[in-house]
Amino acid sequence: MTDFPSMATGRDGRFLNRTEMLGAAALALLVFVLLPLALDPFRLNLFGKYLTYAFVAVGLVLCWGAGGILSLGQGIFFGLGGYALAMFLKLEASTPEATAIQSTPGIPDFMDWNQITALPGWWQPFHSLTFTIIAVVAVPVIFAFIIGTAMFRRRVGGVYFSIITQAIAAILTILIIGQQGYTGGVNGITDLRTLNGWDIRTDEAKTVLYFVNGALLFGCLALAQFVRRSKLGRILIAMRDREDRVRFSGYDVASFKIFVFCLGAAFAAIGGAMFTLQVGFMSPSFVGIVPSIEMVIFCAVGGRNSILGAVWGTLLVNWAKTTFSEGFPELWQFGMGALFIAVVLVFPDGLAGLWKQHVEPLFARLKPRPSAPQPAE
Amino acid sequence: MFADYSWGELLSIFAMQGFAGLILFSVFVLMALGLAIIFGQMGVINMAHGEFMILGAYVTYLVSRLFETYMPALFGIYFFIAMALAFVVAGALGMVVEWTLIRRLYKRPLDTLLATWGLSLILQQLFRSVFGPREVGVTIPQWMMGSLPLTDTIEVPINGLFVMVLAMSISAAIYVLMFRSRWGLQVRAVVANRTMADAVGINTERTDRLTFGIGCGVAGVAGAAFTMIGSTGPTSGQLYIVDTFLVVVFGGAGSLIGTIASAFSISQAQSILEFFLSGSMAKVLTLLAVVGILMVRPQGLFALKLRK
Amino acid sequence: MSDSKDAFILTVEDLTVSFDGFKAVNGLNFYVEPNECRVIIGPNGAGKTTVLDLICGRTKATGGSVQFKGQELLKMREDQIVHAGVGRKFQNPSVYEDLTVFENLEISYPRGYSVFGALAFRRDQAVRDRIAEIAEIIFLQNHLQEKAAYLSHGQKQWLEIGMLLIQDPELLMLDEPVAGMSVAERVKTAELLNRIIADRSVIVIEHDMKFVEDIATRVTVLHQGKLLAEGSMAHVQADPKVIEVYLGH
Ligand SMILES: Nc1ncnc2c1ncn2[C@@H]1O[C@H](COP(=O)(O)OP(=O)(O)O)[C@@H](O)[C@H]1O
Ligand SMILES: [Mg+2]
Repeated sequence: MTDFPSMATGRDGRFLNRTEMLGAAALALLVFVLLPLALDPFRLNLFGKYLTYAFVAVGLVLCWGAGGILSLGQGIFFGLGGYALAMFLKLEASTPEATAIQSTPGIPDFMDWNQITALPGWWQPFHSLTFTIIAVVAVPVIFAFIIGTAMFRRRVGGVYFSIITQAIAAILTILIIGQQGYTGGVNGITDLRTLNGWDIRTDEAKTVLYFVNGALLFGCLALAQFVRRSKLGRILIAMRDREDRVRFSGYDVASFKIFVFCLGAAFAAIGGAMFTLQVGFMSPSFVGIVPSIEMVIFCAVGGRNSILGAVWGTLLVNWAKTTFSEGFPELWQFGMGALFIAVVLVFPDGLAGLWKQHVEPLFARLKPRPSAPQPAE
Repeated sequence: MFADYSWGELLSIFAMQGFAGLILFSVFVLMALGLAIIFGQMGVINMAHGEFMILGAYVTYLVSRLFETYMPALFGIYFFIAMALAFVVAGALGMVVEWTLIRRLYKRPLDTLLATWGLSLILQQLFRSVFGPREVGVTIPQWMMGSLPLTDTIEVPINGLFVMVLAMSISAAIYVLMFRSRWGLQVRAVVANRTMADAVGINTERTDRLTFGIGCGVAGVAGAAFTMIGSTGPTSGQLYIVDTFLVVVFGGAGSLIGTIASAFSISQAQSILEFFLSGSMAKVLTLLAVVGILMVRPQGLFALKLRK
Repeated sequence: MSDSKDAFILTVEDLTVSFDGFKAVNGLNFYVEPNECRVIIGPNGAGKTTVLDLICGRTKATGGSVQFKGQELLKMREDQIVHAGVGRKFQNPSVYEDLTVFENLEISYPRGYSVFGALAFRRDQAVRDRIAEIAEIIFLQNHLQEKAAYLSHGQKQWLEIGMLLIQDPELLMLDEPVAGMSVAERVKTAELLNRIIADRSVIVIEHDMKFVEDIATRVTVLHQGKLLAEGSMAHVQADPKVIEVYLGH
């Protein structure tokens, strides 16, 4: 039996390589220590909001970076997750006492404003927190499953898939805005107060939610890393480059695409739900074409092939957006456009690529490894 | 929703709304033609296509203001000048974009989506900086206003008729160009086999640039037509990319008749539904139907059997 | 007739495909026995590649039937056909360029085909041993950690053959396996092919007559999508119709 280059076993054995470990540790330090120490509750909450987009970006790394499936409709799943939780919170906030001044007390205020006199049937189950938590993930995943099955089983992919997902995001937004009696319309579902009696508007609650959000994000990062390190991760890459060949290696390509699309949807949905909790409302402006494609740019700036990069990219772009769009809204719009172009033309591997190219060699030079054990050939 | 109306009324409503939808139909046809030509030749979706349309609309607006201020006597014909100018301006910008951006992204269609989206953001902001955030509208010349009474309940708007005739002539012109001109021959050669076309001495780069330019130019003309149904704002074009792409795919990419048929059915469905429902629900239902059909029949209505 | 069918591993009957009216394969019949090495020859555009495409599910047939060990392949998806035991090598080397040789072979290892199977797949000793074994057969034992993109054209061809071998298919289909190879690579490949065709049924498309004579049990000649002649190499070479097609009118 031939001996193997130790790399073959090493690659499989370790969950994270050195750089990834370093990156993960740095990110954890930033999210769990530095930001909470450095920022006031308001700013921390803002960063918590950014981190909810990172869920989407991480899902996109798997779908787009690895699998080559570019969804321009991730806002659909972010929104569905966020709306599911918002419905629960809204019902909790709409007790008959709190809404006594309405013509129909006990239903959400926007329904009352739209002359609706009874809670619609499909709102009823959202009285239950358990149901809601399941729905937050299940509804978007089922939706993704339907879209994915319809498209991938018929071998629709590439730009077709991208634009169809974008069209669905557009349809959903128009629908939500148009049906304001049931959805809160363009303002969304606002004025959310408590989660099972716990006031989510206080500074302490927001800080707690920030940490919960961070923990969930790291959970998703670990899951994403697990998927990418598995054989499934390599199949995704193989599929991106040579879909045809993967079929003749014996795999049902559609089922892999559906899986990764659903996984991305689940991540996005969790992000959406955490958004609702931390920001206190959900509205169609986080569902449609524009937010969906912006989420792609967060991922691209971080590096479409890097799970950690996606988080860094999300934080950076959003921080820049908040900083610049306050002072120079016009410039920001130009900057955003330029970013889309630059990220495909100039640095297609994003921050992660730049890091690999420019920073890692520096480290290597600074610290000549004490005759690192080279894999035996 | 139909139950409240008699058959006769329904017929009139359908006819009226149908004629009212003619301009939307024309805009769709022109936009879709431009998008389809580019997509067909280069496999590229230009996400800024809506902005090229709006550029044409702004050009039309400028020309109309110019005529209003300096040549009120000739105001009746401003639209023709505007249309030609819209084609030239949008086409020229298109060629510049192809040269600086698109040709570097050849064979990376998903990246092209993102880059052209970035371009659309930049164009939107440019429009906003130059023309302001408020929407602008044109004055429609006297002779285009009013309508021809067909029966006592059905009237045909003249501008709709005019714009439709225009759209049809441009489609016909493109058809002729595609199948009779040297450019058309080259485009078809490149579509059939790019490497081979290159090898037999066709300047594929120049063909690409010209194609992109013509596609964008036609979008500009669509913008001129667009001024007849809506006012023009910096972001008015954004939603049209989705509609337009659906028109192209629904018709079956690569089929001119298919594109026209699908533009017709989508615009008519939307226009007729608008009478019975709110505008937004009409749009939702129409798009949903199209997406639904595409999921069952992704090759569209009139697809050719193409070799992979 | 139907009794003797059981003796065949592959039965192709009335196979037809039409692309917008153009019949690339037209009413084709042929039968492959277990452990036979069948070579398909024919001028360019005769429809040879298309026949393989039809058998492995890449192109959908317009009519006819393809039975593999009694299963109708025309009704099955590509991956199901692979699981049934049919392997296919493409005319142009088709490997996963972004993955290493090891990973290329690992993906082809016949286990963990479902989504969750792939998630749970472990790179255990059995997998490593098998990959080592195959790598040696295809002369790539020293390239396991190299990205497939950096292999030479011939090495890619071998890798693709290896990816088939690791699945141990009962029917192996090879489309011009030595095309574009250097002389040295050709010799090695011939040796490789002779080794792997020993205990399975093989369909090979090849132009190199010397090579064909070496390996073929029987030869099928295609012309314009139709069967022109069939039999031993000597028999086929003597057939006036074949001579006419190859030498022109
Ligand atoms: N999917 C397809 N669509 C249209 N024509 C095709 C398709 N596949 C093959 N053909 C045509 O069928 C004929 C046979 O091709 P092929 O099987 O590749 O020939 P060979 O391998 O014998 O050289 C060729 O004329 C080719 O153009
Ligand atoms: Mg061939």
